[in-house]
Amino acid sequence: MPKQHVQAKVVQHIAYNEDVRAITLFAPSLVRDSQPGQFIHVRVTEQYHPLLRRPISICDIDHEQQTMTLVYRIIGEGTRLLAAVEPGGLLDCMGPLGNGFILQGNRPLLVGGGMGVAPLVYLARMLCPQPVEVLLGARSKQEMFWPELFAAVCKNIHITTDDGSLGTRGNTIDVLPQLIQTGNYDMIYTCGPNPMMRGVVEQAQKYDIPCQISLEKHMACGVGACLSCTCGASDGKRRKVCTDGPVFWAGEVTEW
Amino acid sequence: MMLDYQQLSVDIAGIKMKTPVMTGSGTFGFGVEYADYVDLNSVGAVVVKGTTLQPRAGNRGQRIAETPAGMLNCIGLENPGVEEFIGNILPQINRYDVPVIVNIAGNTVEEYGQLAKLLNVPGVAGIELNISCPNVKQGGLAFGTCPDSAATVVEIVKKNTHLPVIAKLSPNVTDIVAMAAAVEQAGADAISLINTLIGMAIDIHSWRPVLGNVIGGLSGPAIKPVAVRMVWQVAKAVKIPVIGMGGIMTAEDAVEFLLAGASAVAVGTANFVNPGTATEIAQGISDYLTKRGITQVGQIVGKVQTE
Ligand SMILES: Cc1cc2nc3c(=O)[nH]c(=O)nc-3n(C[C@H](O)[C@H](O)[C@H](O)COP(=O)(O)OP(=O)(O)OC[C@H]3O[C@@H](n4cnc5c(N)ncnc54)[C@H](O)[C@@H]3O)c2cc1C
Ligand SMILES: Cc1cc2nc3c(=O)[nH]c(=O)nc-3n(C[C@H](O)[C@H](O)[C@H](O)COP(=O)(O)O)c2cc1C
Ligand code: FES
Repeated sequence: MPKQHVQAKVVQHIAYNEDVRAITLFAPSLVRDSQPGQFIHVRVTEQYHPLLRRPISICDIDHEQQTMTLVYRIIGEGTRLLAAVEPGGLLDCMGPLGNGFILQGNRPLLVGGGMGVAPLVYLARMLCPQPVEVLLGARSKQEMFWPELFAAVCKNIHITTDDGSLGTRGNTIDVLPQLIQTGNYDMIYTCGPNPMMRGVVEQAQKYDIPCQISLEKHMACGVGACLSCTCGASDGKRRKVCTDGPVFWAGEVTEW
Repeated sequence: MMLDYQQLSVDIAGIKMKTPVMTGSGTFGFGVEYADYVDLNSVGAVVVKGTTLQPRAGNRGQRIAETPAGMLNCIGLENPGVEEFIGNILPQINRYDVPVIVNIAGNTVEEYGQLAKLLNVPGVAGIELNISCPNVKQGGLAFGTCPDSAATVVEIVKKNTHLPVIAKLSPNVTDIVAMAAAVEQAGADAISLINTLIGMAIDIHSWRPVLGNVIGGLSGPAIKPVAVRMVWQVAKAVKIPVIGMGGIMTAEDAVEFLLAGASAVAVGTANFVNPGTATEIAQGISDYLTKRGITQVGQIVGKVQTE
């Protein structure tokens, strides 16, 4: 299906905490073909600064309402401008972009850290009615707003926080081996900070479980034209994170 | 979009374009990446990513950084190499009715000659020389910063091709007119300018450069006044056609370049912001002309009055 460039109507924009927002868009043409793991390239201003679009993962989709939700953290000028968009307004979106997760296997484990949890929500929804288990990591309870998003679509939610304010104290990698040993998983999906994903890939390889990772790179075009976002691959060729990814098989890409 | 091709068509050194709005090398991939967003048949010409003899992996580390009203890039000429381009990519672009101009880059003068020779194939409408690359045999100084080496590149390419040759000038020089005169004398059929201005950005928290390559090329609206000035200076000094680019975002920007003396323009960074820019600008130019009763775009080229 052709990629879309649309002005999507903002139907809701809420705060999860001080600097995380969820924006919900009514966008039938974006919703129709979106796969879990794909992203939307958002223009945050009509002015010339900041100039480039911002890539944001599809966090969840409501096919009945034809709406899509993006969850993002305000970290700089672009996301600050995005946070100022009001319900009723329009958001300039390109998408759905990239190659999402490949839905495969019967016993999936989803491992997410920080804002990397976002694309796993829609993934969990699409994996249903399989028994989906998720392992989520965050700094503290204030950053752990995800469980209610997963509640309807997951069998088990495992939580770690760095400060122990919710779930197990520590990070996802601390509890992962124990989960793997008892969970009998046949696919691991992960998205989050690179060091976390490296730890997940290491465990997946140790226990011989296929694993898919989702990468972030600085992007200009988002459509495979500018080569801002490429990385090396184990076959010696190059991959574009925006079009070949952002989801790759663990071991497929080398430079991350 | 129904464009008035009679009003908008231009002929640049024998390359017939339906509109004066081309796409800048490195900012539009091979055109096909944008096929979902813009009617490629309504683009003046597609100038493809800088192509080299061998495939190139490009630079490591972060390759782009945003700066006020612009961006820095240090892609490092990542490309699949000329063989892959001719064998697998060119046929895909040739499915559309749009002239394809191949931007080439070499480490040595000889490499430019070899590339030009290999590109004598059906489906290529012209060659654009990216002379902003370092000349390996001359201590890495860019070909485009010295009139003599720029002229040598043009000469060797002209000997190896029958296609129109466009010399793309680097703005990182003290005398842009001297560069333009040198490539014209060496036989260039057209001149395009400007390539990116070299810049740098520093992360004040880590005390490290933002770009993996430390320095990179600045593009976008921030460079437009420099580009307009250089196009104006060059267009006055040469007889061959000039293709203007640098920060064009709107039809008004494009008209400014035409008035400065550009016979055609190219849209670069703007493609990243709005993928429909190239055809929207063509329509905007048409509206501008029609409003003033002007029947052909060529009639406003170089018409800025400075006296
Ligand atoms: C495929 C993909 C999906 C993403 N999904 C989400 C998501 O669901 N939720 C979320 O909160 N964030 C997500 N991000 C990160 C998000 O794009 C950045 O946080 C955002 O661009 C920051 O913009 P800014 O202007 O606020 O920050 P600044 O730091 O001021 O941005 C400066 C420049 O760096 C770029 N940049 C900064 N951080 C990143 C980053 N992590 N990845 C890529 N470019 C970056 C910006 O786009 C901008 O060009 C995703 C990134 C990618 C590549
Ligand atoms: C990401 C990027 C890649 C580029 N790659 C090339 C290239 O391979 N060869 C070339 O001659 N110019 C290249 N350019 C320069 C553009 O073609 C153009 O000259 C310049 O960006 C100024 O136009 P703009 O401000 O409209 O982008 C590149 C520019 C950008 C932003
Ligand atoms: S962002 Fe341009 S190629 Fe990926």
